[in-house]
Amino acid sequence: MPGEGYVAIERDMDIVSARQRGRELAASLGFTSAEQTIIALAISEIARNIVSYAHRGGITLSRVDENGRRGIVVVAADDGPGIADIELAMRDGYSTGKSLGMGLPGARRVMDEFEIVSIVGKGTTVTMKKWAR
Amino acid sequence: MAIPVLKNGDVLIASIQAALTDRDLVELRDEIAEQVGRHRSRAVVVDVTALDVLDSFATRTLRSIAYTAKLRGAEAVVVGIQPDVAFAMVELGLHLESVATALDLEEGLAYVRAAERSRARAG
Repeated sequence: MPGEGYVAIERDMDIVSARQRGRELAASLGFTSAEQTIIALAISEIARNIVSYAHRGGITLSRVDENGRRGIVVVAADDGPGIADIELAMRDGYSTGKSLGMGLPGARRVMDEFEIVSIVGKGTTVTMKKWAR
Repeated sequence: MAIPVLKNGDVLIASIQAALTDRDLVELRDEIAEQVGRHRSRAVVVDVTALDVLDSFATRTLRSIAYTAKLRGAEAVVVGIQPDVAFAMVELGLHLESVATALDLEEGLAYVRAAERSRARAG
């Protein structure tokens, strides 16, 4: 499907590519234009998280079919420093880096499913899904 | 990619044309701060009509552009935020806070002219 696949995230340019690819995939899955924008924005936030904190990682975009539902899956993985206190990082307004601190909590709020696994010293993986209505 | 900043009387107009990287936005902020001084501009209009996403970094940089311009003596207004972009910002909880906004370039120019007139009256 258009937009599906892996996007390496190393520089700010890659954030733009990742969210454009995500929008493309969301469009081909039948998401409304408002939903496509929300998905692109959520991808932008998690991609920025990689650039700001881990410096290098990647985003995998794919479609999912489950019990007759169709959706988009976004997996952002890096082997950066990891997040010691995920609960704190997921709090609105919390930031240790250059972001606004709205990125991760904002992305969680707008996606249907959001999971974050982080091991200090090993890296962080964020998996998020949104179902097409 | 450099964003062109046009001078129109005492107003600077920055029309963002394509998807922006973080670096482009930061360069735009520095460019505006410099040009406000060079042209003795009283207002800055930042047109984001072409942007399909405004994320937390872009939102924060627009706030920083507006406040930097203000400290340099120029009123800033952001124009052209598209309906889907506005909706997504609300959903994610992103704010422009006290930054002035207007529907489009025309309304933005009307806004800065009105601000100019009220400043002249007050002065």
